[in-house]
Amino acid sequence: MSATAANRGIPGIYHKAGSLRAERRWALWTAYISLIIACIIFLAPPVYMLLTSLKSNAEISDLTLNPWLIRSPTLENYEAILGNPIFIRFFINSAIVTTCVVVLTMVISVLAAFALARMRFWGSQVLATGVFLTYLVPDTLLFIPLYQIVGGLGLLNSVWGLILVYPTLTVPFCTWIMIGYFASIPKELDEAALIDGASWSQMLLKIFVPVAMPGIIAATIFAFTVSWAAFVYPTAFVTTAESMPLTIGVVSQLVRGDTFAWGQIMAGALSAALPPVIIYAFLMDYYIAGLTAGATKG
Amino acid sequence: MAADGTLAVPTAAGAGSGRANTLQRFARRRSTIAFLMTLPLLVVVVGLVGYPAAYGIYLSTLNRRMTGFMEGDWLPTGLGNFEILFDSDTFWMVVWQSCIFAITAVLLKALIGFWLAHMLHHIPTKGQRKWRGMLLVPWVIPPALSTLGWWWMFDPSYSSINWILNIFAVPAVPWLGEPWWARASVIIVNVWYGAPFFMIMYLAALKSVPEQLYEAAAIDGATSWQRLRYVTLPMMANIISITVLFSLIVTFANYDIVRVLTNGGPRDLTHVFASYAFQVGILSSNIPRGAAVSLFMFPILAVCAFFVLRGVTRRNKEQM
Amino acid sequence: MAQVSLRKIIKAYEGGVQAVKGIDLDIEDHEFVVLVGPSGCGKSTTLRMIAGLEEITSGDIAIGGTVVNDIPPRDRDIAMVFQNYALYPHMSVYDNMAFGLTLRKFPKAEIDRRVKEAGRILDITPLLDRKPKALSGGQRQRVAMGRAIVRDPKVFLFDEPLSNLDAKLRVQMRTEIKKVHQTVKTTTIYVTHDQVEAMTLADRVVVMNHGVIEQVGPPQELYHHPATRFVAGFIGSPAMNFIPARLEEMSGALRLTLSNGQTLEVPDARTARYRAHAGKPVLFGIRPEHLTDDKPTDKTNPAPVTLTPEVIEPMGMETLAHFKLDGAEISARLDPATPAAVGEPLRLIAHMDQMHLIDPSNDKVL
Repeated sequence: MSATAANRGIPGIYHKAGSLRAERRWALWTAYISLIIACIIFLAPPVYMLLTSLKSNAEISDLTLNPWLIRSPTLENYEAILGNPIFIRFFINSAIVTTCVVVLTMVISVLAAFALARMRFWGSQVLATGVFLTYLVPDTLLFIPLYQIVGGLGLLNSVWGLILVYPTLTVPFCTWIMIGYFASIPKELDEAALIDGASWSQMLLKIFVPVAMPGIIAATIFAFTVSWAAFVYPTAFVTTAESMPLTIGVVSQLVRGDTFAWGQIMAGALSAALPPVIIYAFLMDYYIAGLTAGATKG
Repeated sequence: MAADGTLAVPTAAGAGSGRANTLQRFARRRSTIAFLMTLPLLVVVVGLVGYPAAYGIYLSTLNRRMTGFMEGDWLPTGLGNFEILFDSDTFWMVVWQSCIFAITAVLLKALIGFWLAHMLHHIPTKGQRKWRGMLLVPWVIPPALSTLGWWWMFDPSYSSINWILNIFAVPAVPWLGEPWWARASVIIVNVWYGAPFFMIMYLAALKSVPEQLYEAAAIDGATSWQRLRYVTLPMMANIISITVLFSLIVTFANYDIVRVLTNGGPRDLTHVFASYAFQVGILSSNIPRGAAVSLFMFPILAVCAFFVLRGVTRRNKEQM
Repeated sequence: MAQVSLRKIIKAYEGGVQAVKGIDLDIEDHEFVVLVGPSGCGKSTTLRMIAGLEEITSGDIAIGGTVVNDIPPRDRDIAMVFQNYALYPHMSVYDNMAFGLTLRKFPKAEIDRRVKEAGRILDITPLLDRKPKALSGGQRQRVAMGRAIVRDPKVFLFDEPLSNLDAKLRVQMRTEIKKVHQTVKTTTIYVTHDQVEAMTLADRVVVMNHGVIEQVGPPQELYHHPATRFVAGFIGSPAMNFIPARLEEMSGALRLTLSNGQTLEVPDARTARYRAHAGKPVLFGIRPEHLTDDKPTDKTNPAPVTLTPEVIEPMGMETLAHFKLDGAEISARLDPATPAAVGEPLRLIAHMDQMHLIDPSNDKVL
């Protein structure tokens, strides 16, 4: 029976396989075309910022030229912006605020997350939920009362005022993802440590922190990017240029007068955006882990 | 401790009397440590979020000089600021604009994000990292700074977008000059900034759907559309709703983009709650009324937060 | 001096559920005791109470003569091996083993000596620099044991240490554990759900069920003289057959009538023991290895039974035959040479000197 039946069967199978392959190829093309279009649109603004920052003022204001091309690249805008003491001041302010906030945030959230994840006590469940709810409260809901409070403490126009309020942006989420990471550590590990003779602090420092290192890195990156990019609080609380961090500094101090120095503004904006972009470029996996942790883990 | 009496072990009798105390002390010590460890968190949550929120409510009932309840209030109910806002056309404009902005932007972000996540999921795993890396760039740049770039691209005379449109013989668009175009611009920038976030969330969710489910569905005869409809979407329903609601909160409360791009103009027509509250409260120094404006965000945020929390709790239960 | 004593240990969870319902147990110095039972029988809870990881609701636990109820785990001088090994993933094998000693501020040289010694006993010296991630399941198991050995504690606690290993490794590690115990002679309490592990390892086996101890005894005693129906069915594989029967007295001799009408003679040696139950329904218990094919045997009191096999399972060295008798599942171990076929009546021999009778009213073995 078999010879003819098999011969008849084979072309049929090949035909089927062929259509499946065509379908797959079509799907792949759709995917790549969508991704290419998306990439062009997503990357156009930063690329255009970069192009502008490398042009001279004359080239920028020449309406006859293609704005998407560059004829004589120059670094003069970057020289101007990096030579501008007020921009350096912004940078230092941002660095001080961000460093302090990151350290504060990580200490607060690691301690709290350890207690909430491992040392069940009265009200710990309520507090964990409360932390998550706090994360959902946006800064724009609180900045007016906080303006009064910070003003009452005499910390307006000061980086210390910002260091005081930024933790509201970072601590809830970092605590939340650290709870998730700590909770995923097997219970036997702390029992083994307990039997090995570790105290609570030894358990935290010698077992939990090293084991949850990826989570700690992710949370640190989150705290860094959020406090670097914070905009509402500094806009509200800081009006003197010397105390401004980069975001509001670039937006408010470089953009003034009628004739905008576009090249310098773009150079300033790009330099200001550089630290988070560099961190992203080198620690992308941690960055994304931190981003998605809130929903996929916690 | 009756049990001690029958104990054969010699040291038992002595240990019996001290037992309750040591046990209690141990438990108390443990919760004291735990309490001390959570204390800084409590300070942040209560002192910097809870207290300001309550203080904001109190502020909103005061008059401009913050000396007492609103003047001219026929009853000291303290709701004068709200009455004035209700009578103000600008305020209703803000409500309207905030809703259009948030709903349109979130919808677009969710659709684009879902589409891109799906496309990204379909290409070979080897290349995914590279594409993902490029597509997430808008989310990485601080929005206040990238919006500056957009502002420049929307510039009335130098707009590089209009330059491209001109090539296709499309007349120049008055991006930030006309109210409707200005609204559209704000939405475009927000979608550009937020779509990558949706993409990354959905991609993570897509990857968590077990491959066998698709294989089983394929063998059961499901077309690719049916697989999306009956496998992917139900598996992702929770994360989609969490992300959408979360983004609704953030978008509704957005400030950066409006501040940099239009600063509320033209003619206060693109103000959202946050920028209007800023204008009234900080720039015009009417703190109580600014507080009242931002409090209007609260109901919708509370509703969203409730559903996000429910979604997250349900998700946690599923994973256990 | 490290005997362990449990006195009226009760563990109740919130809501009043009792996981352990008043256990009394004395474990001698150097003894290897295995707690065995089905999941949820309270054996792990008991072990964790001894370790101090679980609070005791009432009762007393003493280690080496000292009541340790209120002593935290680190001061009880115990070491524990967990089911998932619980190795610290960020530390090397050496550091994993040294961790407990470092926390106890042992001098460096002493730590080094002990870790090397344990590494030698367990044959993991070449692995000392590796991280747990780079180890196989069996190697991780050894490291977990090494971590216990270096501490030189009063008591070793093992919580199902072999259940994450594949069948072959499990047998190998079982031998390993026994060897280690013979070397270090530390009092050991070992929890498992696997009765083969319990039988092969233990000096004494403690069979637990529903939070109470069913029987304590050396493996052979449990096998030959189970005290309850649960122990009879739990120890031994395949499990003992239980056949509903009626005990009848006929002119001084006792006789069992099975539910299918077949009768079996009770050996004379047992007559005195069973006489009081004559005329009552009983459960006839016989192990598959004592229900064999019909061929000449030197055993006394063979009783013939005829049954029709439903399933035949050739295992190589023997063949298992499964029957159904009035609802009861019965199995027999046959010589592989026996020509047995499904659906064809087969004549078997029950070795009545190995019989058990169970009182169905209280499930005690008579």
